[in-house]
Amino acid sequence: MFPAPTSTVETVDSVMLYIVAISVILLLGITVTMIYFVFKYNRKKGHEPQDIHGSILLETIWIAVPTVLVLSMFYFGYEGFKEMRMDSKDAFVIQVKAKMWAWDFRYDNGKNLDTLYVPVGRPIKLELQSLDVNHSLYIPAFRIKQDVIAGGKINTLFFTPELVGSYDIACAEFCGLNHSMMYTKVVVLSKDDFASWYEAKKDSSEVQNAGIVQ
Amino acid sequence: MANGAAAVAEKTFYEEGTSSRKGILGWLLSTDHKRIGLLYLGAVGSFFIVGVILGILMRLELIAPGKTIMEPQTYNAVFTLHGVIMIFLFIIPGIPAVFGNFFLPLQLGAKDVAFPRLNLLSWYIYIIGAILVLISLVLPGGPLDTGWTFYIPYSVRTGANVSLAIFAAFVLGFSSILTGLNFITTVHRMRAPGMGFFKMPLFVWATYATAWIQVIATPIIGITILLVILERVFGVGIFDPALGGDPILYQHLFWIYSHPAVYIMILPAMGVVSEIIPTFARRTIFGYKAIAISSLAIAFVGYLVWAHHMFVSGLSDTSAMIFSLLTFIVALPSGVKIFNWVATMYKGSIDPKPPFIWVMVFIFLFSIGGLTGLVLGSLATDVHLHDTYFVVAHFHYVMFGGTGTIFFAALFYWYPKMFGKMYSIKWANIAAALFFVAFNALYFPKFIMGYMGMPRRYYDYLPEFADLQLISTIGSWLMGITMIIIFWNLIHALLKGPKSKENPWGGVTLEWHTSSPPPLENFHVIPTVTHEPYDFSQLKEMKNYESD
Ligand code: HEM
Ligand SMILES: [Cu+2]
Repeated sequence: MFPAPTSTVETVDSVMLYIVAISVILLLGITVTMIYFVFKYNRKKGHEPQDIHGSILLETIWIAVPTVLVLSMFYFGYEGFKEMRMDSKDAFVIQVKAKMWAWDFRYDNGKNLDTLYVPVGRPIKLELQSLDVNHSLYIPAFRIKQDVIAGGKINTLFFTPELVGSYDIACAEFCGLNHSMMYTKVVVLSKDDFASWYEAKKDSSEVQNAGIVQ
Repeated sequence: MANGAAAVAEKTFYEEGTSSRKGILGWLLSTDHKRIGLLYLGAVGSFFIVGVILGILMRLELIAPGKTIMEPQTYNAVFTLHGVIMIFLFIIPGIPAVFGNFFLPLQLGAKDVAFPRLNLLSWYIYIIGAILVLISLVLPGGPLDTGWTFYIPYSVRTGANVSLAIFAAFVLGFSSILTGLNFITTVHRMRAPGMGFFKMPLFVWATYATAWIQVIATPIIGITILLVILERVFGVGIFDPALGGDPILYQHLFWIYSHPAVYIMILPAMGVVSEIIPTFARRTIFGYKAIAISSLAIAFVGYLVWAHHMFVSGLSDTSAMIFSLLTFIVALPSGVKIFNWVATMYKGSIDPKPPFIWVMVFIFLFSIGGLTGLVLGSLATDVHLHDTYFVVAHFHYVMFGGTGTIFFAALFYWYPKMFGKMYSIKWANIAAALFFVAFNALYFPKFIMGYMGMPRRYYDYLPEFADLQLISTIGSWLMGITMIIIFWNLIHALLKGPKSKENPWGGVTLEWHTSSPPPLENFHVIPTVTHEPYDFSQLKEMKNYESD
């Protein structure tokens, strides 16, 4: 496997693969059977149609088998979800404020900027708050998102970055005129780079360049 | 009794109306369910065309990154209007109001619906609602730009004309409730002698289950809309946090209606499928009771899954788990239907005429829609895909590939009955093939874009999506061409088409036991039902069927 930017990515992709694989089998099964019947029992062939009213056995099979399949999908989906929602005591907490149409990240030491910087390998906890309407913080590369709700409610988003690099943050809840321009970046720095960035008084753009070295 | 209608020259419902008035007033004041069905067809069909044009304009804007033909504010208004028209003016009324009205009484062996005047009133309420939508577009403030979901607080903060537009949805709701009420009563009170519940055609069952949802769920959106208006106009804090309200409460109320509403959209279509397959396979439906009961199961379990639209809104993890589980459960009855439909083709005598071809297209597209619903019902994947193009693809596969496709299938199936004319079979088949290609070109790329992280309701996008967006736009042009072929075929047939046979497909449900088009009160003699709905042994006795 490719190294993934967070462990969630593999989890989500494998649940996806599982559901899609079963779905493709079902879809092909249904489609091929249907097309086969249309040729096999075509009126041109002159078969006498037979009135078959149903079969308790078949009805039971095609309720029972899908039930097992969907319950397994549910189970894997839920397990993956629990993993995403795992809070950690030593998580690094960052306050996020969303407004039309920008993001604002604030650190405990008072650092405050519009790009999210995080250290690699450390659980991160974002506390999300909106200053106006609903937004949604979405990091496609990490396969996670969480709505940012207007009013007092603070939603949380957890992730543990595992690859140094820079990834898109998008807004996924419609928020008006420039909804589609509400992009920023999450920059994952090595532990040392992050420590020096965090302590330094340098302006953020300089560090941003330093961050994405490879 | 199963005799075909006597082919004596008898006035059709076109020639003889319920009121003595002639011309256009004879239609606008008619309480005949068939005329009202056609009034709906005109209105619903027109709005559908407008919605399609808006969709094609959106796709044109999205053909390349950056601005192409419109400003972001215009784009936001266009996708909102597209959504509002397609949901409230096309797909919710669509099949029940057009085909339900026309065929429910015919399939039950009744002269009309239980409350014919209420039925006409429902149409007027629909038209008033539609006019209010149009007025809201031109009033100061500008067209609604909130998306069809009207989420608060954006819908309280925007300068656009929200109150009137959502009031229109409120009004439209009444049309839906009254139609539902009328159908429930009709099914209970107006069945022909001998027609027990389990002798009703499955389209009747589906429309009946739908009617219950219309009656029970629609008031919730009505009240929610009134609360929003109260909030916007009088500053009462209910949903808006600035006034001390709770925006999440709005989302709950909205989806408590709007999720059951997706079953209002799909159940009647499933009913039509259960009519078309037996007719063209010329054998009884497989699993009649399973299909009938699964409609009711969908209608009732469908109330319990609304919060799957809110998995990332800050719902507790436990609620998310429960709603995900229930969502998977509600998928099962739909699966049961698909398996029974395919089984109905087994050992049939299949004549794949256009309605049947359209049903095959439906089964493929709707299966994709349903199966991708499983991806969205699963929590881990939904967190990633919620509010992305994956969802846009999913609901177009379900609503357009599902219900929309069946709207056409129903038109092709019942066209000879409704109009007494026949369209070009060849062009109906070409349209089905083209539709299949166009549809997948238009929407399949959206699944991929969604998984790549393309959010929905975006005016602009990152360069990495450009190729797939372009394919989708080309698909929208093909779709436009397909629509032109369909409408041209049907309108041409109306004006110049050959007269159709009375019972061209060899259907045996009661609507085929009367003349085409039917007379004012449907049947010369009210039939007595002795057969099961899909018993094709009757065909031999039906005088109006000439085998080819
Ligand atoms: C040629 C036909 C169509 C085209 C080209 C089209 C295209 C689109 C596009 C581009 C969007 C915006 C996606 C986004 O970024 O959020 C959209 C949204 C939507 N479409 Fe369609 N569509 C078509 C037909 C339909 C039909 C038949 C229905 C319903 C039966 C439908 C229902 C909707 C709804 C409900 C939305 C969501 C609007 C919102 O986000 O508020 N569309 N469509
Ligand atoms: Cu936003």
